[in-house]
Amino acid sequence: MEARILDEFRAIVGAPDLITEPEQLSTYECDGLTVFRVLPLAVLLPTSTEEVQAIVRVCHRERIPFVARGSGTGLSGGALPAANGIVIGLSRMNRILEVDLPNLRVVVEPGVMNLNVTARVAPDGYFYAPDPSSQQVCSIGGNVAENSGGAHCLKYGFTTTHVLGLEVVLPDGSLAHFGDTTLDRPGYDLCGVFVGSEGTLGIATKVILRIMKKPEVVQVLLAAFHSTNEAGAAVSAIIAAGMLPAAIEMMDNLAIQAAEAAVHANYPDCGGLLLVELDGPAPEVATLMAEVVEACTSCGAWEIRLAQSDAERARVWTGRKAAFAAVGRISPAYIVQDGVIPRTALPFVMSEISRLSAERGLRVANVFHAGDGNLHPLVLYDDAVPGQDKLAEDLAGEILRLCIRAGGSITGEHGVGEEKKMFMSEMFAEPDLATMQLVRCAFDPEHLSNPDKVFPRPRLCGEKPGVYAPHPLETAGVAQRY
Amino acid sequence: MPAAVQQVSWSELAAVLGEEHLRAATAADAFDGVAPRMIAEPGTAEDLARCLRWARGAGLKVTPRGGGTKLGWGNPPAACDLLLSTARLNRVDEHAWADMTVIAEAGCRVADLQQALAEHGQHLALDPLWPERATIGGILSTNDSGTLRLRYGSLRDLVIGITVALPDGTLAKSGGKVVKNVAGYDLAKLFTGALGTLGVIVQAIFRLHPLPRETRSLTFSGAPAALNQLLLSVLASRLTPIGLQLRAAPGGAQLDVRFDGTAAGIQAQVEQVLQLAAPTPAAADAPADLWTAHQAIWAGAAPALVARFSVLPARIAAVCALVERTAAARSLAWRLVVQGVGAGYVRLEGDEPALRATLLALREELAGTGETQPGGTIVALGCPLGVKRGLDVWGPAGDAQPVMVRIKQRFDPDGTLSPGRFLGGI
Repeated sequence: MEARILDEFRAIVGAPDLITEPEQLSTYECDGLTVFRVLPLAVLLPTSTEEVQAIVRVCHRERIPFVARGSGTGLSGGALPAANGIVIGLSRMNRILEVDLPNLRVVVEPGVMNLNVTARVAPDGYFYAPDPSSQQVCSIGGNVAENSGGAHCLKYGFTTTHVLGLEVVLPDGSLAHFGDTTLDRPGYDLCGVFVGSEGTLGIATKVILRIMKKPEVVQVLLAAFHSTNEAGAAVSAIIAAGMLPAAIEMMDNLAIQAAEAAVHANYPDCGGLLLVELDGPAPEVATLMAEVVEACTSCGAWEIRLAQSDAERARVWTGRKAAFAAVGRISPAYIVQDGVIPRTALPFVMSEISRLSAERGLRVANVFHAGDGNLHPLVLYDDAVPGQDKLAEDLAGEILRLCIRAGGSITGEHGVGEEKKMFMSEMFAEPDLATMQLVRCAFDPEHLSNPDKVFPRPRLCGEKPGVYAPHPLETAGVAQRY
Repeated sequence: MPAAVQQVSWSELAAVLGEEHLRAATAADAFDGVAPRMIAEPGTAEDLARCLRWARGAGLKVTPRGGGTKLGWGNPPAACDLLLSTARLNRVDEHAWADMTVIAEAGCRVADLQQALAEHGQHLALDPLWPERATIGGILSTNDSGTLRLRYGSLRDLVIGITVALPDGTLAKSGGKVVKNVAGYDLAKLFTGALGTLGVIVQAIFRLHPLPRETRSLTFSGAPAALNQLLLSVLASRLTPIGLQLRAAPGGAQLDVRFDGTAAGIQAQVEQVLQLAAPTPAAADAPADLWTAHQAIWAGAAPALVARFSVLPARIAAVCALVERTAAARSLAWRLVVQGVGAGYVRLEGDEPALRATLLALREELAGTGETQPGGTIVALGCPLGVKRGLDVWGPAGDAQPVMVRIKQRFDPDGTLSPGRFLGGI
């Protein structure tokens, strides 16, 4: 990178917050998906909206791609740097700016950790609902980019439900406000469009969150079944009875073994384990929990435990929340997959996963948000065996295709990022992707903000889909395809 | 090059749609001072997209129409040659009750959809205006909602997939039929509340909720300030009401609370809310139409302005006081209904100049941040045309306006769809 540009960046953030040394840059070469690594030209750590704006203005003027990064816990390579670009790290913008309990609003900077929002309002009996498993370390800005979910979004919704407004630095460096503390601000719902856009539409520098009052009672039921099919039938019975639990989670035997090895969650050794969490007014929870027990029993549950105290609940959840990392105890390497299916397709998809697993000779552990059909198959492999990483990658891809065939999605909460962009054209038709590009081009016609993510092929704005024809900018020598 | 409007060859369109599905508009089809020339009723999404592409090519201006209940919302469009009706796109395509999702065409009426869903004890957890006539596409385009918003959110929280037709004839989908899905941009949110200015919604997919087992309502009467306090106490409690609304008029104010769930759960919550309200008692007989007050406010013989406003929940009493003193200054009759989330409707009755002056005064006061100024937005929805002329019914455009304009230009580069109807001249 040219010295004059580095000088300009240094003047904006100060020398200590401009990183250019290769050994320091390597911290930023990947996110939670470590298979993709790219060293950025520089990393900048701004501390204010004004600094972010100033950085982005330079990038826009010089046509330097930029990638915003929160805590780097993403699992789809969304924060993977662009080779010829910079990373804008937002971890220093970590202040909670405003807490308004009567109106259930909290305003934060993007670098605030997810769990710190709840920690701040918990003494008064409130919480911030979206709870991705990484909530102790992941940032609100990253949650906004990915539209993060978590175990409790079955009842409470995703990040997009709880983000009411945003201050955004657009890819040309201008500032815009989407949404507000009050609802229904006139105009297009750009807050809704921005949440989940994976950093491709700009950088959020302030986020208005909705918080909720903690429920009066929370109970978690743990039920052991002989198989995931039996457990799946119990989930259907619970939903059919007209209940909306706060969470329904399922683990198969391999995932249970891993959780036991890692955190000794004291789960029963069974073919399919369900965790069902109910919350609400005490008499309501008591009545409904009795119905859940009945549904589980009638579907073949052979052991049922009810966790009522905070400590008991925390122990039950420990195994589930640790499940991804726990797989490291039973396998040298693994791929975390994230797909979604209509819940009723579960028996079919499970048997297909078993078949694929047997065919490839690789084990697959399954952890699901069963209530909303979000699967997290973990493909286990040995990276010391030549070629096995490729085999595992293929298997993980086949599982995604299975999800598409079942009428589902290639990602429920981890995002498309770098990892799944080639699957976008299997899930969506060309006109669908071209229409999404209209949004992209309205925000970022130069494709500077997290370029080359989400969409299968970079397309210049103004280019017609279909057979390749040179873009007018290419013909004029102003832009080139790479 | 688009043909000049006077040379329009309508027979081309009739050939696409079938003669019987293209007819001349009548006086009854006029809206907002605009008289459309023709009405097209395509029977498939593909035909609707062809129709739109043809109209664009012919240089015509198009406004989509569902049930026609909210056609007067927004600024008067600069022109409308063709009303594109979704009346024949009225099927419930797939109710996957075990997955709690439904796929429905845009012209499907809300009440018809709800009736189909109720067969499996489910509903779209939304109570918009005029469900017997309003359509799926119409409620989405206007982002309409009602009392259930407190618990279930608005349409943006319920729509999980959408298919739209763009002016170039593209049919595009986003989302899908699973509740949890973060693949690609969320076009359903972009089109929700866009008033048909970017494209025409032809199909939508929703997540569903179980119908409540039982419900029970209570009404408290008092001064708006005291009722606002009670409303905040309910929000700050562990109660989980399905409805919470404040109604106010010169005669007094009421706060309505509704609970759902099991009999035991409801009883426990009723006891708690009575304790919170003490010593104010609850009315024994709540009127049956309590939870359609947001619709009732639209009815009345006198010339009126109905506006949608939004404030923070703690500022509801302040907005009541503001409306009261602003209306009193011009001797206007008024009433309002506001949900616990802070979104509501106000009705003002009087002559056009007074309505217009009051709207502008309310807007200015709402924009302020002083002690007596509630802080929020107000949008004129239903009113005589004279009130709308020369002002933007949506209010001032903020710093997001340039992006909105760029989005409009990308989706509808020729300004085919309802030009001028949306915020800031979009």
